[in-house]
Amino acid sequence: MHTFLGIPTQVLFGQLTLGLINGAFYALLSLGLAVIFGLLNIVNFSHGALYMMGAFAGYILLQVFGVNYWGALVLAPLIVGAFGIVIERTMMARLYRLDPIYGLLLTFGLALIIQGLFRNSYGVSGLPYAAPPIFRAPLQLGFMVLPAYRAWVIVASLVVCLATWFTIEKTSLGATLRAATENPVMVSAFGINVPRLVTLTYGFGVALAALAGVLAAPIYSVNPNMGADIIIVVFAVVVIGGMGSILGSVITGFALGLCEGLTKVVYPQASSTVIFVIMIAVLMVKPNGLFGRAA
Amino acid sequence: MLKRVLMCATAAAALLGASLPAYADVSVKIGVLNDRSGPYLDISGEPSVNAAKMAVEDFGAEAKGIHVSFVAADHQNKPDTGSNVARQWFDQDGVDVIVDVPNSGVALAVAKVTREKNKIFMDSGAGTSVLTGEQCSPNTVHWTYDTYALAKSTATSILKEGGKSWYFLTADYAFGHALQADATRFVKQAGGTVVGSVDTPFPSSDFSSFLLQGQGSGAQVIGLANAGSDTVNSIKQAAEFGVVQGGQRLAGLLVFITDVHALGLQVAQGLNLTTAFYWDHDDGTRAWTKRYEAVNDGKVPTMDQAGVYASVLHYLKAVDALHGKDTAAVMAKMREMPTDDPLFGHGRLRIDGRVTHDMYLYQVKTPAESKGKYDYYKLLDTIPAEQAFRPLADDNCPLVK
Repeated sequence: MHTFLGIPTQVLFGQLTLGLINGAFYALLSLGLAVIFGLLNIVNFSHGALYMMGAFAGYILLQVFGVNYWGALVLAPLIVGAFGIVIERTMMARLYRLDPIYGLLLTFGLALIIQGLFRNSYGVSGLPYAAPPIFRAPLQLGFMVLPAYRAWVIVASLVVCLATWFTIEKTSLGATLRAATENPVMVSAFGINVPRLVTLTYGFGVALAALAGVLAAPIYSVNPNMGADIIIVVFAVVVIGGMGSILGSVITGFALGLCEGLTKVVYPQASSTVIFVIMIAVLMVKPNGLFGRAA
Repeated sequence: MLKRVLMCATAAAALLGASLPAYADVSVKIGVLNDRSGPYLDISGEPSVNAAKMAVEDFGAEAKGIHVSFVAADHQNKPDTGSNVARQWFDQDGVDVIVDVPNSGVALAVAKVTREKNKIFMDSGAGTSVLTGEQCSPNTVHWTYDTYALAKSTATSILKEGGKSWYFLTADYAFGHALQADATRFVKQAGGTVVGSVDTPFPSSDFSSFLLQGQGSGAQVIGLANAGSDTVNSIKQAAEFGVVQGGQRLAGLLVFITDVHALGLQVAQGLNLTTAFYWDHDDGTRAWTKRYEAVNDGKVPTMDQAGVYASVLHYLKAVDALHGKDTAAVMAKMREMPTDDPLFGHGRLRIDGRVTHDMYLYQVKTPAESKGKYDYYKLLDTIPAEQAFRPLADDNCPLVK
């Protein structure tokens, strides 16, 4: 058997594949955060809670309304995105003129309230959510057995990330968005409704989080604490990638998933901290993150 | 005139005195310290407080002149938070006894503070057998279960069925390490081998990497030395990665009924597990569960919550017998009186702090076998109290001479 750094290659490939799956979630979540931060300048600490709401929306849609996974994949982001829009209109819009720290406090407080409410109603043991039947049979990759559903998660996440990047960086809608954040007064002078643009962008960022939540539901148990566990890591991903850099957050998300996967083979106890070690190292060399523009 | 009033008052006081019992009332304050936000919320949480209140009510404490009040707090699964709360409760809030405390790391810290302040600590939720082993204390009562009892019963049953080589997924803190150590002892005693283990950060949501390592190890059994949502996620993901179809066996060393509920019978069926309490065990447990459900939104009790009830009941019996709450006297009385309640049956409190009672080996039913809500287990074996727990001689507890 071939080995690499003393690790059998089979094990290594297996762990890297799993790392890629976690990376897919990091990428999707940090993408939403980067969009919101890059265009609205809000550090959205409630992102984890909204991700959790996405998973719960999927669960409730199935249990109460009989909507299957594919329906939930479309409906849950819409519902949670609408919830995000209400939050933006009623609360966040009042804070844009103030120091960003107020936005941070507001979203952090919201996250605690949302998580507390769900915990109160559903407990923490988690709720089962089955993967759709077509993903039941596992894929034989030679070096490992990969549940088909996890392969789907990688594909879905990649497609969504690239589509988002393309929309914001390469289309005229994206150009308007970027211009509106650069100079809102000038853009509204062209007859564009800037506040509505901002609201919809926030709603879109939130919908991305909810989409990640629905994707995660069949893998992890649907659990009120699922967002709190992942959000800190995702923030580290955004910081490493460069706050507000869209492509940066996607690449960093996948790359850090891989690093974490490797750590789980070499020194498992450190797997929950390795990302923060990398974050410190990156910030020492490049304070704006790997893909960040200088402030 | 003044003299007459004084005389009347004295006479009245004498009469009043005569009508009272010869001893004064006792006020005790019970602190319920557990997880109210993290992975062990469902096995402990607010229902533990309700269970303790049920014990006070069932005992008729008020009528016997024992006034009981409660405080409760979240230890957030952090030993420093737990010991700070305990210190404040003992120093400033007049708490006499702390109960529940799931999470072994926190339990060991609280045991230390309790001993220092010479109060009483009755643990139900924590697993580590170190609590009544090397770190035993004259102020500690460990009620419900421990890693030794779990490992002995579950591991032995699987070894008997032919699972000789083991690989452990171990939660990287006091509890996981104690459970792995205790299980390893029985695996080796039965002539089995431990081919490897991996320490997983606590808590984790993704166990796929670790399961893959277990799969690669070629062990016959993957032992899960973890608890709560860690156990749920590892069993769920093991199903996803075809661990059982690949010919390996999963051994959940600590499985609560809430975990089985979260997994669903489809995934959990066939799992062997050891518990000190199951709601559907006999008429006594069923009747108690009915009342418990009424005050806990229809939730079924875990063995942790049942243990809180039973330990508070035993404590009140001792306070009642003594008409006082002096720590040393109450501890001595609790050791002297056999334990007896509808949930755990007969048992006793040993010098090392261990409460011994019967333990049960159950198997999770198939969906077809289950007849109703929470009808999850069928009994495989009863392990009598004398055999279920670690013998005093093997304790390494300094109190055992």
